[in-house]
Amino acid sequence: MLTFIIRRLLLAIPTLLFISLVIFLLLEASPGDPLGDVPLTVPPEVRERMRAALGLGEPWPIRYLLWLKQFFWVEPLYWTDRWFGTSFSEGMQRIVSFQSRSPVFDVIAQRLPQTLTVVGMSYVVGVLIAIPIGILSAYRQYSLFDQIGTFISMVGFSMPTFFTGVVLIIVFAVNLQWFPSVYDTTLVVRDWDSFLAQARQMVMPVTVLALYNAAQISRFMRSSMLDNLSQDYIRTARAKGLSERKVVLKHALRNSLIPVVTVIALGLPAVFGGAIITEQVFRVNGLGQLLISSIYANDIPMVMTLTFIFAILIVVFTLIADILYGVLDPRIRYD
Amino acid sequence: MTEPQRPTPDVTSAAGATNPAALSSAVMAVNNENHRSQWSDIWRQFRRHRGAMVALTVFGGIILFVSIGPLIWRIDPTYVDIRARNQGFSLAHPLGTDQLGRDLLARLMAGGRVSIAVGLTAMIIAIFLGSLIGVLSGYFRRLDAPLMRMTELFLALPLLPLLLLMVTLFREPLSQNFGSAFGMFLLIVTAIGATSWMQAARIVRGEVLGLKEREFILAARSIGTPAHRLILRHVLPNVMSPIMVAATLGIATAIITESALSFLGLGFPPDFPTWGRLLFDAVDQMVLYPWRVIFPGLLISLTVLCVNYIGDGLRDAMDPRIRGR
Repeated sequence: MLTFIIRRLLLAIPTLLFISLVIFLLLEASPGDPLGDVPLTVPPEVRERMRAALGLGEPWPIRYLLWLKQFFWVEPLYWTDRWFGTSFSEGMQRIVSFQSRSPVFDVIAQRLPQTLTVVGMSYVVGVLIAIPIGILSAYRQYSLFDQIGTFISMVGFSMPTFFTGVVLIIVFAVNLQWFPSVYDTTLVVRDWDSFLAQARQMVMPVTVLALYNAAQISRFMRSSMLDNLSQDYIRTARAKGLSERKVVLKHALRNSLIPVVTVIALGLPAVFGGAIITEQVFRVNGLGQLLISSIYANDIPMVMTLTFIFAILIVVFTLIADILYGVLDPRIRYD
Repeated sequence: MTEPQRPTPDVTSAAGATNPAALSSAVMAVNNENHRSQWSDIWRQFRRHRGAMVALTVFGGIILFVSIGPLIWRIDPTYVDIRARNQGFSLAHPLGTDQLGRDLLARLMAGGRVSIAVGLTAMIIAIFLGSLIGVLSGYFRRLDAPLMRMTELFLALPLLPLLLLMVTLFREPLSQNFGSAFGMFLLIVTAIGATSWMQAARIVRGEVLGLKEREFILAARSIGTPAHRLILRHVLPNVMSPIMVAATLGIATAIITESALSFLGLGFPPDFPTWGRLLFDAVDQMVLYPWRVIFPGLLISLTVLCVNYIGDGLRDAMDPRIRGR
């Protein structure tokens, strides 16, 4: 197991380097100019100096290596400095956003809480809805509950989040006026009232995403549960006189959760990045929205760093899913 | 299952066709009077899936709506009539008009054409790439490791951000070379196709790996069949069913991705309607004219739902082991 993990970690390094190179070259090939917004009255030599100040004067391999150094060396040093009060990163240049002129990671740190509360919450809610539904509809296969549950999960799976989000806004924000349609990120939870306001503004984005996640996970849960319920060991458990509750919730459920847990782990990177559309619909000021706005603004360092962080998350969670699979299911051996 | 009596027990289902015995018996059955081909068998199974049949009918209806519809409802979807803007439901404009007085029904038809065309083309690209890579890495042992590494690499890419990037970066040059609408179509279709072949490749590779060890492949090889003919004649037909299922589900994802791009304002140019674009344009005024958001959204969801159901039905019809899941 340990050798497996080490091998996978070592394999992840070239993968990530390659991905970063692909993203970098894609951005390099872009015809967009970060100085496009600078007025034409600025003389060319000043423009040249501005380019050099942004670090655009060097050829691309050097800029790529510089970015790698900043990402993997300067930034970690900076954060250890901040947490432990050391001064390793004295005088080193951090990755700076073209758009806001502040370090990229500071902006990301500002945006991360919004994404984590809204999207993370929706994932938790989605999983909590999906698992009981999956169990019940597998246990009562072809029952009315199963039919309706399957249909709803098909619908939830097919409706794009930008449509469900907009429909919820029309119904609950415009017509009923129960919830605000725009997420207010400046709201600070101080007392009971502001907590209620925070809860109210979270309801709709969380519902949209939770519905989508629940639809997918409940389908997995159902089919995995069905697989196990027809196994011999379940018949044995029933034959030795265990209560139905114990058979289903203890024997079948535990085994059925194995593939579902890995599916949940595989879906986690999407918690950070995949909710781009939902964040856009509800104007949640999170990472997804940050990515879109920096794409529009040609903010190359920001786009590069964000996309690469998403790639790291995907690689890491795929590895975690694989390891979990091996830990939970002793039949699977990686040696 | 209340199956009628069959001449050969091996042909009970389509998946039996991956079985050499079923293949040979299917070949023999050609001489029989009541012979049954693999595809008619799948069709018989498919018809039992009620959801899939309803979905097929509705999907057929949607296809008719977008293909025959414009021949009957002959208003130009891009015709601007400022005096008739923001109208409600009326006889002249059954679904009303938008903020520039363009007829919504005509726009929905035109938009559907593009959305479905994008879905189909992107799916064809993805499936072609996926089966090519899957067959190559499953069949040739030397290619297996590098190709699978590449597949894993692609799976680790953050797709939506990358798609957004590709579209923003290459929109301008392609529009200049191929015209704004066609250039965009090319870009979106290749971008979606190039980023969604991985699942198909993995499925096909798995199937080919299993198939390669079977006797009929050995037999074909022993009479000196060259590799390309072996793949085209013996391997590919037998991995057709997983490819078909992956293809159907691929249409659904491609349609959703295209509308998501349009919704983020990074899709087709504004005067070129697609369902996602119509939705995006209507969001600004959804308080006053909610139906303009609802219609395109409903059509997207309905199409995707139908395609998903058809895929489900196909999977059931082709693989009896997982029927009813």
